[in-house]
Amino acid sequence: MNYFLQQLINGVTLGAIYGLIAIGYTMVYGIIGMINFAHGDIMMIGAFISLIAFLVIAALGVTSVPLALVLVLVCALFFTSAYGWAVERVAYRRLRGSFKLAPLISAIGMSIVLQNGVQLVQGARVKPLAPVITGGIELSGAESSYPVTLGWLQIVIILLTVALMAGFTWLIQRTSLGRAQRATEQDMGMAMLLGINVDRVISMTFVIGAALAGVAGLMVTLYYGVVDFYIGFNAGMKAFTAAVLGGIGSLPGAMLGGLLIGLIEALWSGYGSIEYKDVAVFAVLILVLMFRPSGLLGKPEVEKV
Amino acid sequence: MNAPLLQVENLTMRFGGLIAINDLSLTARQNEITGIIGPNGAGKTTFFNCVTGFYKPTEGRLTLTPPDGGTWPLQAMQGFRIAKKARVARTFQNIRLFPGMTVLENLLVAQHNRLMAASAFSIAGLFGLKSYRKAEAEAVEKSRQWLARIGLEKSADLPAGSLPYGAQRRLEIARAMCTDPVLLCLDEPAAGLNPKESLELNDLLLDIRQTSKIGLLLIEHDMSVVMKISDHVVVLDYGARIAAGTPEQVRHDPNVIRAYLGADEDEPLPAVVAKDLGEQ
Repeated sequence: MNYFLQQLINGVTLGAIYGLIAIGYTMVYGIIGMINFAHGDIMMIGAFISLIAFLVIAALGVTSVPLALVLVLVCALFFTSAYGWAVERVAYRRLRGSFKLAPLISAIGMSIVLQNGVQLVQGARVKPLAPVITGGIELSGAESSYPVTLGWLQIVIILLTVALMAGFTWLIQRTSLGRAQRATEQDMGMAMLLGINVDRVISMTFVIGAALAGVAGLMVTLYYGVVDFYIGFNAGMKAFTAAVLGGIGSLPGAMLGGLLIGLIEALWSGYGSIEYKDVAVFAVLILVLMFRPSGLLGKPEVEKV
Repeated sequence: MNAPLLQVENLTMRFGGLIAINDLSLTARQNEITGIIGPNGAGKTTFFNCVTGFYKPTEGRLTLTPPDGGTWPLQAMQGFRIAKKARVARTFQNIRLFPGMTVLENLLVAQHNRLMAASAFSIAGLFGLKSYRKAEAEAVEKSRQWLARIGLEKSADLPAGSLPYGAQRRLEIARAMCTDPVLLCLDEPAAGLNPKESLELNDLLLDIRQTSKIGLLLIEHDMSVVMKISDHVVVLDYGARIAAGTPEQVRHDPNVIRAYLGADEDEPLPAVVAKDLGEQ
């Protein structure tokens, strides 16, 4: 029982991170109908920026952990937003209205560019970061055979994710920008005729998605303590699986999908074999595509006549 | 006579070898309803697409001069700027509401630009600043007034796609009006309406002209609508203007009769057609 509880905690933490990345996939798909395969690499960029920012801030002599965290968060948000904006501007905007595969191929190219760019600048070796947030709460009594720990870091990750998702949901549902995004998603031409700058709305979608991925990158850096140029691919693929599982295009679906994928991965690692955890996750992708392609919360595709 | 609002000069639109609009010139005036009629394929909707920036005209000029000053060369403007800066609004023959959004949201999204400016691109909105909350409250109030005007106050929170057809038409017009246009282009607003709804629509359009003092461009097949409420009618055939004038003048124009019937102008009108053209 204790062991199960511990895996549950680990799974939810992991799920929070996947959920944050999955939102970026699902939002971009919803609004322009493309899979942004470079999105995982934006997360990787966020992880590197966090690492660098931590080192710089430590070198500047900031010793307060909360202050350092906030500064790093701001850095990660700022730079990943800029990357998200630039990727859309450079690689996708001109291909909008082109045939459907063109932006997809461009996205794969962009992903390779980002990975290799970072490899070139930062080197291929794994970069470690000393643990920033340590300790936690012991949930089980001392007499128990298997101690259950809820780490402070896990608490920070889960709370930050919940706060970001709540803010994000509010943005989409209640603000004028969110309305414009939903309108653009439903009928781009009509949104334009109402005076909405559709290009800017799409840019903002990429910026918001990238910012969330940047935060996820920060969490990955803190949680695993190591980064390399390749982490974006794997995490990105899992987040994409999460988005498909939840129903691509559906925002609550992305959050739910992220959580489920995190749990599947943690429980499989805990009870099955840790070497096969990626197999378990991608088996879910295959099963979803076979039996429920519209995902858990997605609307079934209506054939247009 | 009212001041000109939209001046179309020598407008031509070609698609490859097909000439959809051929050297069209016309003037729509402020505070007037300008009806545009013509047989199927005459280029009416293409004309609207040129005015609203869906198409870039091959040749010609479209100049909008709003009453509050300024001159907008529509043929050289990006689509969303025509709506935002020159303030041209439009409805569609096949209704294009945002079906998944609520009725109220459909009207709010039309006020996006004002809200974005008030919220400093959502940043102020995120922090719930007073100026944004005020602008949002005003936008909701304006939407509610329009809902009352088109008789949909009770449906504000329903998805727009769930409304009956006639209500969707009225909502689309209200949404266009929420952008504060100086020119409203209506593409067959009476299509699919029953006679009672069609009469209500006439009243709504006359009321809009009366209270908002804007210019309306109206494409319509339903002659009872065009002839009754238009101040000025332009007739197109094969992309060119074949007649223009008051409804009364156009009704008796031999060119118009020929275009609609392909008949000799000496032949008397068949009874059905005469009724359609509103001849009593």
